[in-house]
Amino acid sequence: MTRANLVFAALLAVLVPLSLLAGRVWIAPGDFGPGNTWLILAELRAPRAVLAVTIGAGLGAAGAAMQGYLRNPLADPGLFGIAPMAALGAVASFWLGSAIPPAWAAWSLPLMALIGAGLGMAALALIAGRTTSDATGGAGGGIALFTLAGLMLASLAGALTALAITLAPNPFALSEIVMWLNGALTDRSWREVAIAAPLTLAGIGVLALAARSLDALTLGEEAARSLGVEPGRLLALLVVGIGLTVGAGVAVAGIIGFVGLIVPHLVRPLTDRLPSSLIVPSALAGACLVLFADSVVRVLPLVTELRLGIALSLIGAPFFGWLLLRMRRGRL
Amino acid sequence: MTADAGLVAENLTLTRGGREVVRAVSAELVPGQITAITGPNGAGKSSLLLGLAGLLSPADGQVTLEGRALAALAPADRARALGYLPQSPDIAWDVAVENLVALGRLPWRDRGTAEVAAALAALDLEALRKRPVSRLSGGERARVLLARVLAGTPHWILADEPLAAIDLAHQFRLIAHLKACAAAGQGVVIVLHDLALAMNHADRVLVLKDGALLADGPPEIALAPAVIAQGWDTDVTWIGEPGAQALTFPAGGH
Repeated sequence: MTRANLVFAALLAVLVPLSLLAGRVWIAPGDFGPGNTWLILAELRAPRAVLAVTIGAGLGAAGAAMQGYLRNPLADPGLFGIAPMAALGAVASFWLGSAIPPAWAAWSLPLMALIGAGLGMAALALIAGRTTSDATGGAGGGIALFTLAGLMLASLAGALTALAITLAPNPFALSEIVMWLNGALTDRSWREVAIAAPLTLAGIGVLALAARSLDALTLGEEAARSLGVEPGRLLALLVVGIGLTVGAGVAVAGIIGFVGLIVPHLVRPLTDRLPSSLIVPSALAGACLVLFADSVVRVLPLVTELRLGIALSLIGAPFFGWLLLRMRRGRL
Repeated sequence: MTADAGLVAENLTLTRGGREVVRAVSAELVPGQITAITGPNGAGKSSLLLGLAGLLSPADGQVTLEGRALAALAPADRARALGYLPQSPDIAWDVAVENLVALGRLPWRDRGTAEVAAALAALDLEALRKRPVSRLSGGERARVLLARVLAGTPHWILADEPLAAIDLAHQFRLIAHLKACAAAGQGVVIVLHDLALAMNHADRVLVLKDGALLADGPPEIALAPAVIAQGWDTDVTWIGEPGAQALTFPAGGH
C-alpha cells in the first residue's frame, strides 16, 4: 500500500465513526442501544455516510483521471458536461412529475439523471470519438476538441436546465428543482446507496484501467501514442468511467462541485505525481472530503441545513483561486 | 541487407489537415546507421518521421518494418519496436527523472528496473535520478527524454530535432550516444535542421523539399552544394576536413 493510500485510508477510518456520531442529535460513543439511537444510526446516518464516501470516492477518482487526461491540474470532471447532463435529466423528472406512474416515482429522478449522463457520454463519444484517431492527420484535435465538446455540452445542458426552471409547472416544482440542483445528502436512504455504490465502484474500476495510458500522456499525445496508447480506447474508458462515477453521484445527490478539482491536489504531494498513482488515493481522499463536509453541514447551527453542494463550492472556489495564484507563480 | 530487415517507406504519401505534407517518398532505412532527415522549413521532415513511427496513417503507400506493414502491427508491438522522441515535449507533471524514464517501459507492461538503470547510466543521469524534471537544465532534460526512449529498448530510435535548443557540449554527448546505439545495431533516424551536424555525423541523409525526396545518400552526396542550392535556394560551400566540416556563405550572397 502506498503512502497516499495509507494516509487517506487511515483518515477515512477515523472520519466514518465520527460522522456517525455527529448531527443534530449527538450520539455518545457506546450508546448504541435499541430505540431511536439505533434507528438514527442504521436508517439515517449510516446510509448517509456510505453515500458520502461513495460519491466522494467517485468524484475524487474522476478528478484525478480528468486532470491526467487533460494534462492540466485545473481540470474538473464537471468540464466533461456529464454532470450538467445528469442534472438536466433529473430536472426533467421533476418536470414530468405527475406523468410518472406512482410505482416509479421514487426511481424516476435517479433513473432520469442516469439517462441524462448516458446521453452526455454518447454525445461526447460521437463528437470527439472519431477525431482522436490519427487518421485525421493528428493535427492535435483530440483532447482539445474533447474539452470543447464537453464545454458545449455543459452550456447546452445548463441552458436547458434554466429553461426547465423558468417553465416550471408550479412553484413547488420550481423550489424543489432549485434545492435539488444544490446537491445534498439530506434524508438519503439505503435505496440511493444501492443505486450509486455499484455504479461508482464500476466507474472507478474503469478509470483504473486507463491509469497507465494516462501516465503516458505525461509526455504529450504523440509520445503517448508512440508508447502504444490507443486514443480511442482511452477516450472510451474515460467517458464510461467518468460517466458512471459522476452520473451516479448526481443521480442520488445533485450537483456537488469542486471535489474532483481539489482532491488530486491534496494527494499529489504524497505520490510520484503520475496520474496512475493518484486515482485510488484520490478516491479515498474524495471520500474523506465529502464525508467531512457533510458532517460539518449537519452540525452547523443554522435554521435549515446548509446544502452540501453550496458548502463545497464555498470551500472550492477560494481553493481554485489559490491554485490560480500558485500557477501564476509557477508552482503548479 | 535485405528490405526485410529495415524500416521501409514505400511510395509514402501523408496528409495533415487535408494537405499533402509528404509526397510519394520511398526509402529503405537500415539499422546500424544514423539516418538524418533534413530539408527547409515546412518540407515535411517531422511528418515523415511520424509516418515512419506509425503515428500518421498513410494517405497512400505504406511503411513496413521487417517486411510487415506498420498499420497491421498491434500498437504495443509497434511501440516496442519503434521508440519515438517528439521535439521538446512539454512534460505535464513534475515527476522525478527515474519515473519519467520508466515511462519508456509502458509498452512492455513491466517495471524494467534493469533497462531503466541502463538507460540512466548510458546518458549519465544516475546522479539526477531523484530530481524533479522542473529542476533540470535544457541539456539534462534532452538527455532524460532520450533515456526514456532508450529504456524501451526499441530496435529503432526515431527522434525529432533531439539536438535543437541544447548547447554544443551536450549536442556532442547526445550524438555520441546515438552513434553508440547505431553501433550496437539499433536503427537511428533523426530530423536535423543543422546541415553541418548531418554532414559530419550521419551515415545517410534524406533531403526533403515540399514533401518530396530531393536527395538520398551518404552526406557528401545528399548534401552537396548543388543539392543545397536546389533545396534551400542558397549558394554555399563546405569547408574543413571530412567529419569536421562547416558551411560558408559566399560574401554578398543571399
